[in-house]
Amino acid sequence: MSSSEHTISHVHRDDVASRMGMWLFLFTELLLFGGMFILYSVYRYNNPEAFHLAAKELNTIIGTFNTMILLTSSLTMALSITAIQRNNKSLSIFFQMMTVILALGFMVNKYFEWGAKFHHGIYPGSDQLLSKPAGEILFFGLYYVMTGLHGLHVLIGICLILLMIYYTAKEVITQDNYMKLESAGLYWHLVDIIWIFLFPLFYLIT
Amino acid sequence: MNSQNKNEVSYLEFQGKHKGLLGWLMSTDHKRIGILYLISLMIFLTVGIIFGLLMRLEMLTPGKTIMDPQTYNAIFTLHGVIMIFLFVVPGLPAVFGNFFLPILIGAKDVAFPKWNLTSWYLYVIGGLFAIVSILLPGGPSDTGWTFYIPYSVRTGTNVTFALFAAFILGFSSILTGLNFITTVHRLRAPGMTWFKMPLSIWSFYSTAWIQVLATPIIGITLLLVAIERYFKVGLFDPALGGDPVLYQHLFWIYSHPAVYIMILPAMGVVSEIIPVFARRTIFGYHFIAMSSVAIALFGSLVWAHHMFTAGISDTSQFIFSLLTMIVAIPSAIKVFNWVATLYKGSIDVQVPLLYVLAFIFQFTIGGLTGVMQGVLSIDIHVHDTSFIVAHFHYVMFGGTGFGFFAALHYWFPKMFGRMYNKKLAVRTFWGVFTGFNVLYFPMFIMGWLGMPRRYYDYLLEYQVYHVISTIGSWILVPSLLLMFGYLLYYVLKGAKVTEKNVWGGETLEWQIDTPPIHENFINIPTVNEKPYEYKSNDLETQFSEAR
Amino acid sequence: MNDNTHIDHKSHGYGVYVLIWFALMALTGITVAVAGINFGALTIATALVIASVKTYLVLTVFMHLRSETMVFKIFILVALFFLIISFILLFTDYSFIVRN
Repeated sequence: MSSSEHTISHVHRDDVASRMGMWLFLFTELLLFGGMFILYSVYRYNNPEAFHLAAKELNTIIGTFNTMILLTSSLTMALSITAIQRNNKSLSIFFQMMTVILALGFMVNKYFEWGAKFHHGIYPGSDQLLSKPAGEILFFGLYYVMTGLHGLHVLIGICLILLMIYYTAKEVITQDNYMKLESAGLYWHLVDIIWIFLFPLFYLIT
Repeated sequence: MNSQNKNEVSYLEFQGKHKGLLGWLMSTDHKRIGILYLISLMIFLTVGIIFGLLMRLEMLTPGKTIMDPQTYNAIFTLHGVIMIFLFVVPGLPAVFGNFFLPILIGAKDVAFPKWNLTSWYLYVIGGLFAIVSILLPGGPSDTGWTFYIPYSVRTGTNVTFALFAAFILGFSSILTGLNFITTVHRLRAPGMTWFKMPLSIWSFYSTAWIQVLATPIIGITLLLVAIERYFKVGLFDPALGGDPVLYQHLFWIYSHPAVYIMILPAMGVVSEIIPVFARRTIFGYHFIAMSSVAIALFGSLVWAHHMFTAGISDTSQFIFSLLTMIVAIPSAIKVFNWVATLYKGSIDVQVPLLYVLAFIFQFTIGGLTGVMQGVLSIDIHVHDTSFIVAHFHYVMFGGTGFGFFAALHYWFPKMFGRMYNKKLAVRTFWGVFTGFNVLYFPMFIMGWLGMPRRYYDYLLEYQVYHVISTIGSWILVPSLLLMFGYLLYYVLKGAKVTEKNVWGGETLEWQIDTPPIHENFINIPTVNEKPYEYKSNDLETQFSEAR
Repeated sequence: MNDNTHIDHKSHGYGVYVLIWFALMALTGITVAVAGINFGALTIATALVIASVKTYLVLTVFMHLRSETMVFKIFILVALFFLIISFILLFTDYSFIVRN
């Protein structure tokens, strides 16, 4: 089948198309978060004082630490692609595993951070939160929804990279066919970019 | 050589890995996916039509006619959700875009065939969610298709399921858009430069960009409403400090461009059909192509004209009113060019052209009344009256719906290798056309006189218009059902068509077999000419060939 | 397999990535340090400018945008245009009115 003239083009691989599709998908992610950033901008514009006050509840140190973790995981992801381009399979797998470990670290931090807030009675719908002024309710509403959605994307990213590790081990991803890894990388970097904006907007407005 | 023959059979008979029904449900062939979409869309369209018929019947007399107010609220919501999210938005791109976009640019399939199939499954899942929202206890959603806050947070009906239905359908739409953009960029046949693409491709391409960029915003907005219902986050709920007007902003940032997702592909189809039946090169190719892009661009900048009475700032009203006027220009450019193409053409009035002419007539009415609403003072008068209902039905149904029927009648022989009875089709057309105008035109008048939309009851003075309108629905709905019936009948029993060029078209789909073979082309063609190059000297031969 | 559509992708060396990582870390440090100082209305602008610079670095180097063709860059501009114009038009409303 595959030797005949007109079926070969069906198997024909177009890496530019794959990357184009991935970028277009990233735009949808960008706009998804974009909608939330629109909400954030309006509510912060209308409640500047309350946002400042509410942000004091957040732990800047954990936030900074998480930022560094995520930036480093982006580095290891990029390195894993260079490694596979240089045909160094085990190094690529090592870097991918590093990425997953860092991402898990991010989630663990997030867990403790959210856990502490819940412990203090600050969560959507809680009596303590509802007794605060409207601006602070909005701040925490945005905080939970935006970091929550971001966290969900981190989890999806972890699953995706685990799949890539499997593919790399099975040599589905190889030196001259690494588009899957590239796409997973693009996704991971976008998750990083979203955090680059979330971090100053929530943790650094005290 | 055996394999070669295997690929040269029609896509309808092609045997892939799977056989029978699975051969369709697992097929990544863009043509089969187009047909799957066609079948599912027609089912939902029929359901939507029946809901519409019931609404009209209820409005025949003031007060209760056949249903109670709560049922009426549910039915206009379902009519809206089904028609918008399950028919008009996917409509032309999912069916005819999928089937013909690769063929028109000389490709064997779309760029991501598997994602294409995924998008159909998402569509079906979204549709199932919509159905579940009707059947579950709690009752179908009664918010209107716009899910305006705060009511959508407070009502006890199954809003969440309807929201998820719209959310999932959004992803289906995104996948289609993403696929089309990549396909147009990467898979055009050699020689087919951007300005040699058929005009429908420009439409589908512009539409695809709106699908990719605007849909996620409604996705997140609807998701937030669902979150609001369960977690009291307060982002939109005024009781917790949220701003319901901001919900409207976010909703319309998508939903206004979505209007152009609906109409642009229909405009593309019209640009495709007119030159074929006027036997004339399209007038103003570049203007039509660029106006598609302009509509996509300006269409994204006018959303707040849905909110003139919602209490937005004066500055905002002024700017959005101005932008709304501007978006009318590219649409008008298209209409002028279509009419100019018809002028002095040797017009052959076939069924597809009839639908197209009706499109131009109705779209002009719908479009011009739209400009009226862009004027602030008039908008305050007609806002939330049945004038608006008439306006968007003239655009969405009189425009997109008729464009869909035009495309269906134009490409029917190519898709199925069979022909419908033209005489019957013409008669049905007149039924649909008359019914449509009798149904919706009185709504302009009663809306202008003050009849509010979505009201269950009305004053006696409006009854005459309601009666005329309901009579229109008695002409329209049977005609539509007759159309669906005969199309289905002729898919199975119609006279076989084997000639390649059924209508004398100049685009690529008329140069391949009828029905198309599995991968469309045996050899990818090289394109040297612009589309619609009708040379006057062989016009005679083309004409007779077409006969 | 050897058609040239998929070998056009130049790879960066390990060193470049590490360098960019250092830059990102440094920028994170700066943004945290600067956040304590009150520039008034400029505070948020500073934070957003630094975040944009970081994003630019991630986009061009980590996401290999530098070695992509023009089409990709135009795509990104289109997406950003759509997002930014939405912000601008939205604030034609919120800048001129106080609801609640």
